[in-house]
Amino acid sequence: MHKLKIVLRNTMPVMAGYIVLGTGFGLLLNEKGYGFFWSLAMSLFIYAGALQYVGVSLLSSSASLITVAITSLVINARHLFYGITMIGHYKDAGAKKPYLIHALTDETYSLVCTGEVPEGFSKHEYFFLVSLFDQIYWVTGSIIGSLIGSLITADMTGLEFSMTALFVTVVVEQWIKEKNHIPVLIGFAASIVSLLIFGADNFIIPDMIGIIILLSIFRKPVEEGRKKS
Amino acid sequence: MNWLDMVRVGIMALVTFLLRLLPFIAFRNKQIPKYVEYLGNVLPFSVMAMLVVYCLKSVNFLSAGHGIPELISVVIVAALHIWKKNTVLSVVLGTVCYMILIRIM
Repeated sequence: MHKLKIVLRNTMPVMAGYIVLGTGFGLLLNEKGYGFFWSLAMSLFIYAGALQYVGVSLLSSSASLITVAITSLVINARHLFYGITMIGHYKDAGAKKPYLIHALTDETYSLVCTGEVPEGFSKHEYFFLVSLFDQIYWVTGSIIGSLIGSLITADMTGLEFSMTALFVTVVVEQWIKEKNHIPVLIGFAASIVSLLIFGADNFIIPDMIGIIILLSIFRKPVEEGRKKS
Repeated sequence: MNWLDMVRVGIMALVTFLLRLLPFIAFRNKQIPKYVEYLGNVLPFSVMAMLVVYCLKSVNFLSAGHGIPELISVVIVAALHIWKKNTVLSVVLGTVCYMILIRIM
């Protein structure tokens, strides 16, 4: 019981955002004529917020299958980075590993990427519970949206900012703990420059390439800086 | 709504899973190269910055609000977090602040 409480506390910041964004997704999908079964299936098997929102219009516009594949690839390419970080942490996770990989969303990554585990947990048990709780929030939201979303009249606009806020807190924590700030500065610089050049819809892939190039160029100073801290 | 829609959902699920899976199978049963290990260690720092920009990508500095609610709320979240180091507190207060600001600005 105590363990579940710790997981609940640590995933709390994701809970609010996922339930609200999940509800928004279910509601949107429902409006296009795709009911409960569709939102449940998409939130269980795709489980990627941004793509699911775009997916609503891919379905309702009967997009070609190749368009669906390319759109998925472009929107979710950033997930390649999460795997690279988690290779070590998810090693030897056994039967839990396929699920850990499937459930590696932006938000879950932000909670597990340090590889730190609270006292009393085995490593993979903790990662598994965090991943599972996060998906439960997302699926719950989707179901609420499909079934009773249209009954919700309260104006929730702006609640999605909780995801932005979560990522800001992670950046702050990393900034305090890590003495070498080159990687985070590279992240901001590459992203902002890429956003200005390529625009909001197309900047992620050039951004990722830029980050890899810059991290490679600055490998020496970064590694030396990290050794000192 | 038909069987083709099921294929569409299947493609979205498959592509997403393959992207998440690829790094794990690329280095399965192998010593992870030092370079990849290095990337894995430093990417979280770059990626979190990327995700912050990703969340704010649609802020339009020319339209209503001019991005000021976003700017103020991000500063409040960061300041609160430096001060109290409580993620739930920072996220909740930052979000409430944002929701108020977009309604009054």
